[in-house]
Amino acid sequence: MDNNKERSLSGRRKTGDRVTYVVLTLISILWLAPFVCLILQSFRSYTEGGGGMVEYLLPKKFSLDSYTDLLRPGNQFIRWYLNTLIIAFFVSLFETVIVLCVSYALSRMRFKGRELLMRFWLILGMFPGFLTMICLYFLLKNFGLTQEGAIPGLILISAASSGMKYYICKGFFDTIPKSLDEAARLDGASRARIFVTMLLPMAKPTIIYTALVAFMAPWCDYVFASYVAFGYSDSYNVAVAMQRWIWTNDYQGYFTRFCAGGVLIAVPVTILFMCLQKYYVEGVTGGAVKG
Amino acid sequence: MAKDDNFKTKDASPSFMNTLTTDLKEIGRTFKEGDWKTKLSFVVFGFGSIMRKQFLHGFALLLAQIAALYYVFGFGWQYFSKLNTLGSSKQGYNPDGTISKGDNSFLILLYGILTVIIIILFIVLWRLNVREQYKEECLLKQGKELPTNKKTFLSLFDSNFDKTLLALPVAGIFLFTLLPIIFMICVAFTNYDYNHQAPAKLFTWVGFENFKNLFSFNSSTGFGFTFMTVLGWTLVWAFFATFLNYFLGMAVAMLINRKGIKFKPMWRTILVVTIAVPQFVSLLYMYKLFASDGLINTYLIKWGLISQYIPFWEDPGLARLMIIIINLWIGIPYMMLISTGLLMNIPEDLYESAKIDGANAFQCFWSITLPYMLFVTGPYLLTSYIGNLNNFNVIFLLNKGKPQSMELAGKAGYTDLLVTWLYKMTVDDTNYKMAAVIGIMVFVVTAVISLVVYGILPSVKDEEGFQ
Repeated sequence: MDNNKERSLSGRRKTGDRVTYVVLTLISILWLAPFVCLILQSFRSYTEGGGGMVEYLLPKKFSLDSYTDLLRPGNQFIRWYLNTLIIAFFVSLFETVIVLCVSYALSRMRFKGRELLMRFWLILGMFPGFLTMICLYFLLKNFGLTQEGAIPGLILISAASSGMKYYICKGFFDTIPKSLDEAARLDGASRARIFVTMLLPMAKPTIIYTALVAFMAPWCDYVFASYVAFGYSDSYNVAVAMQRWIWTNDYQGYFTRFCAGGVLIAVPVTILFMCLQKYYVEGVTGGAVKG
Repeated sequence: MAKDDNFKTKDASPSFMNTLTTDLKEIGRTFKEGDWKTKLSFVVFGFGSIMRKQFLHGFALLLAQIAALYYVFGFGWQYFSKLNTLGSSKQGYNPDGTISKGDNSFLILLYGILTVIIIILFIVLWRLNVREQYKEECLLKQGKELPTNKKTFLSLFDSNFDKTLLALPVAGIFLFTLLPIIFMICVAFTNYDYNHQAPAKLFTWVGFENFKNLFSFNSSTGFGFTFMTVLGWTLVWAFFATFLNYFLGMAVAMLINRKGIKFKPMWRTILVVTIAVPQFVSLLYMYKLFASDGLINTYLIKWGLISQYIPFWEDPGLARLMIIIINLWIGIPYMMLISTGLLMNIPEDLYESAKIDGANAFQCFWSITLPYMLFVTGPYLLTSYIGNLNNFNVIFLLNKGKPQSMELAGKAGYTDLLVTWLYKMTVDDTNYKMAAVIGIMVFVVTAVISLVVYGILPSVKDEEGFQ
């Protein structure tokens, strides 16, 4: 009797496992299918459908037409790619530095107006970002940072407002015991010294998380990038440039090029992300719990 | 923090008055008891400090004063004085054919606001200046030594390190976030739109006209119907986007976490690809996949399942459904990542004792997993809901808020959120005044939801416990 029950239990467990595997496989297919389609279509030759949309998925002939076209010297795509890479790199650098500074000050120091500042920034953050677009455009234009100068302009506005993104990093600093600081201060170390030599090395996970998130964001930045570049195509980033290939009807023949460009962008970013995935998970989990 | 907030707001007004009166008393005492150096410092900032060889403080105050005065009188005043009308002389043609330069309402508003802020900062600076003089005199009277300039400088890296760290971020946020927001709030009370473009035309204050327009249901000009439609969809969208992702993401995490399932990292990695690939690639591709001539439709027709293409993006209801479904594809992996770790934190013996009591899997989930997860991720649910209210990318990259309709004003479409509508008004319509009004409404919605939910959340009350 007992034996029977155990067998039925383990039997139920096994069917449960099987169902789980089936569901997980289905989910995996659903999640990967669009990417597989994207990659397959990027290898379609121009002789089929002239690079536009066709009615079948598998290319009849695999070719690198779209890739060679995008990467041929003098193609603006290379420029757009480099633009985005430059923006992403500098935004990531400045944002990380600024977020670390703000987080240290808010987590470790107790100064007059600290609570007020935090509450004020929280309220500012509730306004939608594009509300201020026209005003920002004017300010940047004053400094000559639109159109031809759009790249530094975009870096500037991203970096300038990054102080408000301190939540996750500050949450991390809060978990490092303050007694460590106090001990170091008793030994005569200044605040700056504690920050640089003690806290920063400890904060490696959150530094990587902040830098990674800041690096990924500009690849998707469409709104500000298109507004600040304002029709000056040399200053476009990939998102601004490539969305035209999808939305504008004159660009019918650019579909495979969009797919190829998408692959060229997604592969390095995805690899970078996968390598640093551990830190990303730590960051979002910590952030979700601390809110 | 919530406790703290309540405590502070309760007696905010008396404490503010108290501070003001003690401040005024202190200023008076400083002037009465101060020596001639201090007295002169009331007009020339930092004068006393310089005389007492506190050069760093003294010159910083003096330079700030000169800069502020130079800005206000040398530059800002011409704009500030016209702030009440936003300019009266229109740009026009002189009899000889040249263009006469008129007032530029945009500049008047922007620099006028900046001048107001600088005047306020000037008053704060004056107060700091008086306090510094008071402090120095008190120290000297007590026979103590003033800190050397070197020490003052080094304190910027020690006791005053916060000022060093925050100076740049605060300045950046002031110039590129706060100032533009104040400017746009003001624009909501003007008639700045395509008919009143600076510098060729002037715009001026119109009071609450635009807000009235937003809530007016007059069919030809009012925005009321459109606003209600867009707001309704925004709230519904955010609700589904948040909670469907939340529960399904948790479910997927539980499937992967199941005991005995192999290749756990592989399943996770497969899902995480959608987070890693830039959204504009994946979303634009998804848009084309479901387009009328996209792969899904052409294959369904080829297999004879349908005879006419399905209008995934052209039918309002279907487009909304598609956006929610595709957002699952984006959002589930994210929630899966968050909940995987948290689910493992739940003590195993809770489940075991529940099983001994005869609870089935669903009961375990309902009375152990869910309460725990809701408690821990409460703040995340709130931020995620707010984030979805403003989720520009998913809507705009998928469908641009289409299908558009003649029934909706301001070029809005049926899948437009308030933010994408705001974007369209700014860029396509150059209807800045209504864009500003919509922006304020987004703020109001966000603030109200945050305040209400923040009060309910159980985990917020324990927040200090984390520290």
